[in-house]
Amino acid sequence: MLLREVEYARPGSVAEAIQLLAGHEGARALAGGQTLVNVMKARAASPDVLVDLSRVEELRTISVSGDTLVLGAMATYTQIMGSSEVEVSRPILGEVVAQIADVQVRNRGTIGGNVCSSDPTNHLPPLLVALDASFTIRGTGGERTVAASDFFLGVYLTAVAEGELLLSVSVPASGNAADGFAAVTIGRDGTCIVSAAACLDDDATRVAIGCVDAVPVLVQPERSDPESIRGAVTAAALDPPADVHASADYRRHLAEVCAVRAVQQASERGR
Amino acid sequence: MAEPSTSASISVEINGEVYEREVDARRLLVHFIRDDVELTGTHIGCDTGNCGACTIQLDGQAVKSCMLLAVQADGAKLRTVEDLANDDGLNPLQQAFSSHHALQCGYCTPGMLMSATALLEANPRPSEDEARTAIQGNICRCTGYQNIVEAIVAVNA
Repeated sequence: MLLREVEYARPGSVAEAIQLLAGHEGARALAGGQTLVNVMKARAASPDVLVDLSRVEELRTISVSGDTLVLGAMATYTQIMGSSEVEVSRPILGEVVAQIADVQVRNRGTIGGNVCSSDPTNHLPPLLVALDASFTIRGTGGERTVAASDFFLGVYLTAVAEGELLLSVSVPASGNAADGFAAVTIGRDGTCIVSAAACLDDDATRVAIGCVDAVPVLVQPERSDPESIRGAVTAAALDPPADVHASADYRRHLAEVCAVRAVQQASERGR
Repeated sequence: MAEPSTSASISVEINGEVYEREVDARRLLVHFIRDDVELTGTHIGCDTGNCGACTIQLDGQAVKSCMLLAVQADGAKLRTVEDLANDDGLNPLQQAFSSHHALQCGYCTPGMLMSATALLEANPRPSEDEARTAIQGNICRCTGYQNIVEAIVAVNA
């Protein structure tokens, strides 16, 4: 397919990348391109300048700093699946990215691209909300850290403003927490119709539900038994979209089902 | 390539041969491979990233060449289906596809072979499940996949 004409630049450092993003109107970061290139084909996005981050090596690092797992924005799903740091610190991340699309997409797709596209059907937004992740963003004005609940702002919209770059996603190491994830998808590893991620900590249950609103919906049931979870999801008064895959009512039903399954998975692991 | 430009000069190694070309930034890698370098074994099926007919290897990993720009492959080593057969004819994977009737119309075959090649390099004796996972991103509308999976598992069995 012939794309609309676009300019391309390939910076070698974060500073250079930010300079390019901030200095050119209509500039957009190109990570793995597994979403962006396709939406460019469909002309649903028409950036004027692509800033290819593939040579900014520092964005690919996965490291552990104290009790925090830090994933560079350009870490690919395949890299996350094979990372011993992830396996030790927060294994749910590797399990969930293994469910995204297929081998070829996982070889190119990145955590940064996944969250910055803020597609409500993506796997990672609800998971990262449940895990209480934080996001490090840098622009010409400096660096800031944003909580997951403030990062996802709407469909295709995040806290990363024009001219800014997401550097990394930080996730607390598991500690005593146990995590779970459940989704109903189109085909075995297809797009989510509804997804839910759960994190059970000593004194709190966090469940984030995806695909039922523009951004993940966080519910915090007081207990982790199925009735409490169903009650908390009902109390959230979800108003999900309807499409060819599910009516709004069916999505509301699935939200309860997935939330219960995710919590059950987490509590089985927590034992 | 620090300043934005609508075209760039790239150097790409494909099947051991280095190609240097000036390409538009908007050119998809699959068009570069098929139309500029004229290696037409790599197919275009859906052009939306779903079907996997355009699968190649980039620096040893299976990728869909319709979801990359040619400029992104600058400096990379690519491998396409043309590289599989050797002087003696079909390689063992291709031979297994033939003897297991793992193709009918053949349109998906180049992509299937490249996904299977990446799998077998990492895991020479895959289980049936592992073979199915490896070709998850490759759609075949003829065979029903069973013979493809059998062929992949049989290569080093």
